[in-house]
Amino acid sequence: MTTTAPARDADREAAPTGRAPRALRRPEVGAAVAALAVLVFFAVVAEQFLTPSGIGTWLNSASRFGIMAVAVAMLMIGGEFDLSAGAMTGATGLLVGVATTGYGLNVWVAVLVALVVAVAIGALNGFLVVRTGLPSFIVTLGTFFVLQGIDLALVKLVYGQVAVQGFSDVPYFDSVRPLFGGVIRVGGASISVSVLWFLAVTAVATLVLLRTRAGNWVFAVGGAQASARATGVPVARTKIGLFMTTAGAGWLVGMISLFQSSTVQSSTGVGDEFIYIICAVVGGCLLTGGYGSAVGAALGALIYGMTRQGVVYAGWDSNWLYAFLGVMLLAAVLVNNWVRQRAERLR
Amino acid sequence: MTTTTAAPLRLEGVSKHFGGVTAIQRFDLEVAPGEIVALVGDNGAGKSTLVKIISGLYQPSEGTIEINGEQVTFRDAADARAKGVEVVYQDLALVDLQPVYMNLFLGRELRRGPLRVLDRKEMARQTQQLVEDLDVRIPSARALLGDLSGGQRQGIAIARATHWASGLVLMDEPTAALGVAETAKVEEVILKLKSRGAAVLIVSHNLDQVFRIADRVTVLRRGTQVGTRPTAGTDKNEVIGMITGLSS
Repeated sequence: MTTTAPARDADREAAPTGRAPRALRRPEVGAAVAALAVLVFFAVVAEQFLTPSGIGTWLNSASRFGIMAVAVAMLMIGGEFDLSAGAMTGATGLLVGVATTGYGLNVWVAVLVALVVAVAIGALNGFLVVRTGLPSFIVTLGTFFVLQGIDLALVKLVYGQVAVQGFSDVPYFDSVRPLFGGVIRVGGASISVSVLWFLAVTAVATLVLLRTRAGNWVFAVGGAQASARATGVPVARTKIGLFMTTAGAGWLVGMISLFQSSTVQSSTGVGDEFIYIICAVVGGCLLTGGYGSAVGAALGALIYGMTRQGVVYAGWDSNWLYAFLGVMLLAAVLVNNWVRQRAERLR
Repeated sequence: MTTTTAAPLRLEGVSKHFGGVTAIQRFDLEVAPGEIVALVGDNGAGKSTLVKIISGLYQPSEGTIEINGEQVTFRDAADARAKGVEVVYQDLALVDLQPVYMNLFLGRELRRGPLRVLDRKEMARQTQQLVEDLDVRIPSARALLGDLSGGQRQGIAIARATHWASGLVLMDEPTAALGVAETAKVEEVILKLKSRGAAVLIVSHNLDQVFRIADRVTVLRRGTQVGTRPTAGTDKNEVIGMITGLSS
């Protein structure tokens, strides 16, 4: 059985196509331009913004949202949503906090247990979506409320209040902390280790999406699920893997926020799921799936982090952040909509 | 009709029952290399059921399927593909947001190096060569599929089937959604397949098309195979009579 086309001596060059227009069609171009504009804007209006400590602060903020935004973007490219992503960051942190301070579990073990639990919940999300064919919006909305409910009730049950207490006193705390909550001094700036995680996650996600077969399947299942199935793409495996990845990212961010602040509240992460989706959409992901990029989502998170801290440095009421976010989202959706119409016109 | 055991497709006594309903009753057919056989029949005659059986989506209740002389049992479409049966689906099974070359290789991407990364360059090169060989005129193998016309898309779906088929290419109404000029173009591509030695089984409602491109035509009526004729030895009236059962 032949599985490749008959080879031929004449190695004809593919029809030359302009490089510049193709590059401009990348999903993250809009977000890159917007990120630059936001950077320049706050550099002008807030003098603290470009100081080493200022940069360290907004990078840290961007990284915690960016890790999730990249994972959520992959999931969205695969055509699904995960509304439990925000609550997952709180739930994993709480799990470790409660298991160590409340039940004396070794902190290393607790961190690994939290990873296993997170990935299992992700697999369950994926399994339910794939098996039932229900919209992931509804399935993960359910998971979201379950997690939130457990978070609130569990912490109250163990501590009688809404936050984990005394986490920094557990044995081996200091041996885990550098991994998730560490700080690296670069020149005069203090860069959180979470920024390295952010870069690593973005780089790995980009490589997977653009260079591997699995990444290609992500685009296919999101863009045209029936076609993907008909051509032999393992649709269920791909989607479940995406939900597990998102949950794993939730664990990572949960550990980062736990070890950075040495505490976690039962409401941690709740509401952030929409920020992740906004970052992904600002980064060029289509809500309908099949299109987007990890770098774009990372840039979306960078815009969010810069704005969040920039508003503070500029001395404005931080509530303006939400108005700004809304405007960014609408602008991004309008641009994306135009892109999709371009892709769908003709025939 | 040849009776070599290595026919790309050979069906013997294939039947399919859904509960008490008989969808296909004792269907026999052999398709030789370089032969185009048309499968015709009215709506509900069982054409789609038969296509689904050959492409592995349904399992026959009785009878045997042989591909290249080997008796096969398909559990699913992937099994059939692995045996060299390729299907051009009515809905084409293409992904609009991906480039042409990726549509050709989706699910069977070429990879290179120890890290098994996608070999986009090679996939684009093979695609370019294939579309040129089949004379499917597209701007570039790297063009976005969604930017192509209906005829070009159909051409790509057929090119994909050609590329991967080692036994049989099944086509379900390949020109149903196309205009006259685009239909002519797609028919040229199908004839190119034939000249390359592919065995083609084509479902069509268009009898003019059947007589233009097919070597033989086999007729289904309410799940029963009414007959098989060489197109050179029959005419439209006889075939219509066989389809409707009114004046045969």
